[in-house]
Amino acid sequence: MPSLKEVKTKIGGVKKTSQITQAMNMVAAAKLRGAQQKMEDFRPYTEKFNAAMGSLSANMDSGQFPLMEKRDVKTIELIVVTSDRGLCGSFNSNILKMTEKLIAKYQAAGKKVSLVCVGKKGRNYFRKFGLIRQSYPDIMGNFQMFNARAIAQDAAANFLEGGSDAVSIIYGKFQSVAVQRPVEESLLPVQPVGGEEAAQGAAGDYIYEPSPTEIMDVLLPLYLNVMVYHAMLEVGASEQAARMTAMDNATSACRDMISSLTLIYNKARQAGITGELMDIVGGAEALKG
Amino acid sequence: MAEKLQLEVVTPKGAVFSDAVDIVTAPGYGGEFGVLANHAPFLSTIKTGVLSFRRDGNQELMMVSGGFCEVSKNKLTFLVEAAERGGEIDVDRALRAKERAEKRLAQAQSHQENINRVRAEAALQRALSRIKAAQREAR
Repeated sequence: MPSLKEVKTKIGGVKKTSQITQAMNMVAAAKLRGAQQKMEDFRPYTEKFNAAMGSLSANMDSGQFPLMEKRDVKTIELIVVTSDRGLCGSFNSNILKMTEKLIAKYQAAGKKVSLVCVGKKGRNYFRKFGLIRQSYPDIMGNFQMFNARAIAQDAAANFLEGGSDAVSIIYGKFQSVAVQRPVEESLLPVQPVGGEEAAQGAAGDYIYEPSPTEIMDVLLPLYLNVMVYHAMLEVGASEQAARMTAMDNATSACRDMISSLTLIYNKARQAGITGELMDIVGGAEALKG
Repeated sequence: MAEKLQLEVVTPKGAVFSDAVDIVTAPGYGGEFGVLANHAPFLSTIKTGVLSFRRDGNQELMMVSGGFCEVSKNKLTFLVEAAERGGEIDVDRALRAKERAEKRLAQAQSHQENINRVRAEAALQRALSRIKAAQREAR
């Protein structure tokens, strides 16, 4: 049986831990609200952007744009978006596991893989793989559109120089507060948006200034920015949601531990009292003699 | 009053403006262009500059930076990276940014640094547009 003092210290320690996890839970909840707001604010932009992209690319030959050029894929680049910080359950490790599987799959197919790591966790994990071409640690805390632009421009430049023949982006999609799923989306070469619906909506009667081709030259890099920024926003919200759940679980685990420790403490205390009583009774019996 | 058209300015940080206006003048790719109601469907890229529009007889200004705009069915949508209403611009900050950009530009020119020059020029454009939008709005 552990001593009374030991158990008492342990209960104190667990209580402190639960206070911390509870505070982290509340902080994550507040940050989640902010991250979701940011996602909400961005939605009208993406919607309108995709509509315009659709109406424009519908009546255009994708072969004439270097960023849409389909090549024989020898090198594939994966942009892995993770969070900078841990303590958010299996959120990052899910993304990393999926990335690792994809790397294995592509390498088995005889393709070369290069990595771009956004967020510290991915970089730290893949450092030993020796595949990282570029990494952007410590930007997930507070990022803006221009951070996404730097990443997108770099990836696009590398693609154009032939450093990669296809680029995918892997991130944790925010489905709900409880569910965040890692997904892979193709980034380059850019796929024509829309399909039939967009083609009908386009009607082709637009006046373009400058020419449609030149507008596409502006739009395509922008499209990449939008995609990367979107992925970063999703990861930002997912990270906080995952942390919230993880910290909630930790707090309830602490509570369970405290209650079982309290039980042990009370048992030990009672055993002590019983022992003392036995001593007193035994002493009294001996005195009666 | 003549027919109106719906003006919407959307940035990655959310919609900045959405209301019915009479006329819009915007910094397009090939220079300023104006849009009235019943304009033909139109799509143009936008340069960093000053967007002005007339709402209920009042001239209002807005600073916009790079993006594009779409006109269709009496609706004018601007998708830009940043947009600020004239009255909301921090002129002191813009003035400081202008000085900074000018200094960098001078440095870049003496060192032949292309990337820095492009960035400094873009920053200068933004600062000048902000100042212009703010000052004309104040009058």
